[in-house]
Amino acid sequence: MRGKQPGGPAVVTTAGPDAEAPEAINAVPLRRPGRWIAAVVVVGLLGLFIYGAATNSAYDWSAVGKYLFDVRVEQAAMITLLLTAYAMTAGIVLGVVLAVMRLSPNPVLRSVSWLFLWFFRGTPVYVQLVFWGLMSTIYKHLDLGIPFVVQFAHIRTSTFFSYFWLAVIGLALNESAYMAEIVRAGISSVDEGQTEAATALGMSWWQTMTRIVLPQAMRVIIPPTGNELISMLKTTSLVTAVPYSFELYSRTRDLSIETFNPIPMLIVASAWYLLFTSILMIGQYYLERYFARGASRRMSARQLQALAKAQGVAGAAPFAEENR
Amino acid sequence: MTEPMVRAQGVRKQFGALEVLKGISLQVGRGEVMCLIGPSGSGKSTFLRCINHLEQLSGGRLYVDGELVGYHERAGRLHEMQPREAARQRRDIGMVFQRFNLFPHKTALGNVVEAPLKVQRQKRNAAVTKARQLLDRVGLADKADAYPAQLSGGQQQRVAIARALAMNPKLMLFDEPTSALDPELVGEVLDVMRQLARDGMTMIVVTHEMGFAREVADSLVFMDDGVVVEAGDPREVLARPQHQRTQAFLSKVL
Repeated sequence: MRGKQPGGPAVVTTAGPDAEAPEAINAVPLRRPGRWIAAVVVVGLLGLFIYGAATNSAYDWSAVGKYLFDVRVEQAAMITLLLTAYAMTAGIVLGVVLAVMRLSPNPVLRSVSWLFLWFFRGTPVYVQLVFWGLMSTIYKHLDLGIPFVVQFAHIRTSTFFSYFWLAVIGLALNESAYMAEIVRAGISSVDEGQTEAATALGMSWWQTMTRIVLPQAMRVIIPPTGNELISMLKTTSLVTAVPYSFELYSRTRDLSIETFNPIPMLIVASAWYLLFTSILMIGQYYLERYFARGASRRMSARQLQALAKAQGVAGAAPFAEENR
Repeated sequence: MTEPMVRAQGVRKQFGALEVLKGISLQVGRGEVMCLIGPSGSGKSTFLRCINHLEQLSGGRLYVDGELVGYHERAGRLHEMQPREAARQRRDIGMVFQRFNLFPHKTALGNVVEAPLKVQRQKRNAAVTKARQLLDRVGLADKADAYPAQLSGGQQQRVAIARALAMNPKLMLFDEPTSALDPELVGEVLDVMRQLARDGMTMIVVTHEMGFAREVADSLVFMDDGVVVEAGDPREVLARPQHQRTQAFLSKVL
């Protein structure tokens, strides 16, 4: 039942500039013993694990130290980086093309793009890599030219494509299928009004895409792409299926066959992978910050300072806090 | 007789089976301001979007500055335009949207200089100087470096007007420019538009601001259900609507 609440009409006091300021709150903080117990338990378990790892001879930390900066390991780490960089670059470019094809009004382009995604997302990358390794068995040579008319080039696949490049192609095509979906989601997330405003200004489709839509789509595209990049770095360990064996994981595994001591070599490989992913995570943080410009009402330090100056320092301080 | 800025002859628009415009014929002379009013769903916005070919006509003809919009007419047949040519036609027609549609990743200044730099390929210095003048003209000279999210609705809409003016349009289309604004912000946008009208810009304004229509417009068109129900001098139409549907609509909004 709704009715008039007891207590009479609302009372509102208006505060003038010289009204007495209300007292700041200075309460006794609530005790939270549960937090302390949970923290102690977790830290204790972590300490036990570290102690166990340090004293367990199976880890053989001296061997880890010896091989961590071994020239062969360092070279393999560089090759892993190269594989990642090439495959990811090609994967992103092809992914953008596939995404644009999927959003195209042309039904043939749409279907072909869908078919590509269906195949490359639907089969394991390991199986695909084995297939690429067998490329020179399946296609003995490639002919460039107009079918049945002229031939410009005749390529023997077994000599033209090294296992390294077959690995790059295999990783890139698989990656492009995932990137296509990420890019498509990004493009679809941009408000239709943006395209309309750009079109109304007389911008071409290409200008609208590159100047207006994609920069905004980046905010949605970058976080999952960072994941993909980190995932790619680790997926390079599968190129042994091609078979290509000079990247980090295969190389450390081969070294462990020489030393009969696999565990320290696994730690060496993991350490390098962790180093690279950490660097990538830092890079991603800055990229995200760059593409978030204009996305928030939060003002830059410079803008806040200008406002504070206009308002007088005393009044602006709490406002600046709120904006942090 | 000089060619009017906009000439619509029996303009029709269908979305699938739904007929949104059922033959609109009207003219807007150079330097004239026309206000389009009517209930939502009456086709006002669709008609406006047809003028710069954001929507393709299903029937009739539309001319801007004597030039057929979106098509070439050769030997009695219409040929669809290349996207490049349609873009060229749109350059000369400014458009202001209900929800502003500013580019959120660019500052106010960045929004205004974008099209002059990329579409008209102006020199950066010239474009920036002009853009600052335009921001000053809409009263936002101090907000050049602010991003849209940091501006109020009224300020955003004024930036949007400056952005459209930066292309030196011969015609400005306003699609309910104040409908998304808080009431106390409506005035600042209308002031800018009033000034623009005074400077001789040809304008077509879809609006619910009857006061603005009465004061600024040279002609008022009442649309309902895809047809022009009544048109004429705004003071006349608003004070003594002839048609029953106009009367019914005005009694609700005035």
